[in-house]
Amino acid sequence: MELLLDSLFNGVAIGSVLLVAALGLAIVFGLMGVINLAHGELMMLGAYTTYVTQLIFKLPILKPFYNSYIIVSIFLAFIVSGVVGILLEKTIIRKLYGSPLETLLATWGVSLILQQFVRSVPLAYGTGLVISLIIGLFLPTTFPSKIKESINFKYFKFSSWIFAALTGVITSSVISSSISKISRASARNVDVTAPLWMRGQVEIIGTAFPKTRLMIIVITLISVIAITLFLNQSAWGMRIRAVTQNRQMSDCLGISTEKVDIITFGIGSGLAGVAGVAVSLLGSVGPNVGGNYIVGCFMVVVLGGVGNLLGTVLASFGIGIMTDLIGAGRLLSIWPDMPLPLSNTINFFATTSMARVMIFALIVIFLQFKPTGLFPQKGRMVEN
Amino acid sequence: MRISRRILAGLATASLAVTATSCGGGGTSGSFDDTVTVGILHSLSGTMAISESTLVDTEKMAIEEINAAGGVKVGGKSYKIEYIVEDGASDWPTFAEKSKKLIDQDGVPVVFGGWTSASRKAMLPVYESKDAFLYYPIQYEAQECSNNIFYTGATPNQQSEPATDFMYKRSPAAGGDFFLVGSDYVFPRTSNTITKAQVKQLGGTVVGEDYLPLGNTEVAPIISKIKKALPEGGIIINTLNGDQNVAFFKQIQDAGITPSSGYYVMNYSIAEEEISTIGPEFLEGHYGAWNYMMSIDTPASKKFAENFKKRWGADRVVADPQESAYNMVYLWKQAVEDAGTFDDNAVREALVGQKFDAPQGPVEVMPNHHLSQTVRIGQINAEGGFTILEETGVVLPQAWNQKHPSSKGFACDWTDPSKGEKYKL
Repeated sequence: MELLLDSLFNGVAIGSVLLVAALGLAIVFGLMGVINLAHGELMMLGAYTTYVTQLIFKLPILKPFYNSYIIVSIFLAFIVSGVVGILLEKTIIRKLYGSPLETLLATWGVSLILQQFVRSVPLAYGTGLVISLIIGLFLPTTFPSKIKESINFKYFKFSSWIFAALTGVITSSVISSSISKISRASARNVDVTAPLWMRGQVEIIGTAFPKTRLMIIVITLISVIAITLFLNQSAWGMRIRAVTQNRQMSDCLGISTEKVDIITFGIGSGLAGVAGVAVSLLGSVGPNVGGNYIVGCFMVVVLGGVGNLLGTVLASFGIGIMTDLIGAGRLLSIWPDMPLPLSNTINFFATTSMARVMIFALIVIFLQFKPTGLFPQKGRMVEN
Repeated sequence: MRISRRILAGLATASLAVTATSCGGGGTSGSFDDTVTVGILHSLSGTMAISESTLVDTEKMAIEEINAAGGVKVGGKSYKIEYIVEDGASDWPTFAEKSKKLIDQDGVPVVFGGWTSASRKAMLPVYESKDAFLYYPIQYEAQECSNNIFYTGATPNQQSEPATDFMYKRSPAAGGDFFLVGSDYVFPRTSNTITKAQVKQLGGTVVGEDYLPLGNTEVAPIISKIKKALPEGGIIINTLNGDQNVAFFKQIQDAGITPSSGYYVMNYSIAEEEISTIGPEFLEGHYGAWNYMMSIDTPASKKFAENFKKRWGADRVVADPQESAYNMVYLWKQAVEDAGTFDDNAVREALVGQKFDAPQGPVEVMPNHHLSQTVRIGQINAEGGFTILEETGVVLPQAWNQKHPSSKGFACDWTDPSKGEKYKL
């Protein structure tokens, strides 16, 4: 019983990291069909946001609230990665819809740019830049519709960008003068330390579980539930699904596909930011942190069936449980006196590297029989 | 006063002064007869840049120190050392290419360079075919002995073997079982083969080993294996690479694998630099083994650390790889002065037997092109340094490990033409 519980927990823990990382991609790649190779770097931005938030909460004014910085950083990471994603969509991806190869190359280029950006630009300036972007993109939308419809709106827009730039410059200089750690550019990996209440273990039914893992599971669950509710219950969710199923028809019926694209891509990118918070709790934060997850993310989305959230969920937990079963050699403890050749084989695959090989092989075999994944998309999109 | 000095210096060596400013060698530029240019080849970009740039800083400092003390004196003439820094870009073929450039185009008599074993393996054929010289400063898995490379880092018997001995006999987990964790590449695998043979000799048991593919930070399966194999605590030997250590230590602490519950980790790749990245709160109570530790309480060690901080900033630390890099520049200088020429073959002969009072204590170049060094075992403390627990005497290097099944009974000696790279003892 304890063994089963332990194994199940480990599987779910590994799977939830995969799931939270792949969730954003399931939307961007699954629903929109955009192969976004910069997804990992959007995660990286989320991870760096966590780091900067942590440093800001160490300032004397916010010190009393230090314990809650991780909660705050989840929202901030969503906004930061979401905004960068929106910018990416508006400037690059929008022009490349329908040409997957060009999108692939362009987003790969973006991923290199973002990696080099965090290496060679001080994080304080990066923070200022992101704040300018957020204000510049969102301030115009808050104006009353009277101003929006006037012919002089472009001047309002322009002045709000000036305001945004000024705010960004001020913030970055304030941050860089008060937090010396991020006032210089550094390619060095940095470290997010979980607040004390999240370190150590909790006991549930006689088994001890690491708290950070539980936290990641909780973050994942909340993200999945929130995104499911959004897609199925809200008006915008309905529009997104409509555009996914038939773009031309939705357009004819008066849905602004342009807006839908921005929102979908923004949400997908924002979720990558949330994933960044989760992975920053596990390892160190560096320019390459997202690149380590990108292959796994695509694997999960493809295995689950493109365009299907339930498939993504099942695929990531499936891979998680398999990783634990094979990698930790659990079959041996479940069935201790199996025949020698079999136990030797299992022992051979019971290392992290070999388990990975085994899982990839299994996925390849599975896709031979079901090329469209666990839950293939039905309907019009398939015919296109 | 200032003007007159400037005029004097200008009159004395107008041409030298121009080149001197380009490498910032200091104020004594007027007093040299000639210059010699050496090559420095480390990664300044890519994943290894973080570690390797510290070596470039140290080598520059050593060269500046030598220049400030009058340069290299060969045949009654004093030479100012200048350097060309090339970027290996964390890409192993680039290391080979840049080596060719430094040797052929720039004509440097010596190259100080490399960090990863992969980069060294890529450069080795270049130096052997051109009969040029590489000085390599990193603790590594050995099982190599080239006539054209000088290795100033530790071999396994100067690091992992004394460390395993300490863990099994004198650590709080003495007599316990071993679990080996490493990144999946040549150094951890070779090092662990040696450790397994040694544990067997000592009468202990290795209950498990696992390797994490480079770049992977999912250590949950390894943690469950450790818990299953060592339910009551024990000894963990860790050869993980850079960032993977952060994931490993964060997660094992959360899983309750800590010194207070009887698990002690001995690390071969964690020095002061890495402790400050990972955070001492995750590492306190675990162990490390090195030849040099910043906390060595001798005037030479303190001076080395202070000079480095003075040159590169008060927040910088020095660690074992930097000390090796520092030593190799001085050893080269001594050998050149003894040989009386910059010629490769004469310097090679003069180098064996060179002694140097390094920050770690006395070191000597052995006939197998490695250094005899002191080994220290330290426990990581809350301040992010090592508390030194043990210090061996001077340990001779084994280029061919005597516990590894494939090299047992072999040795290397370049001073005797009949022996060479690998001969039977």
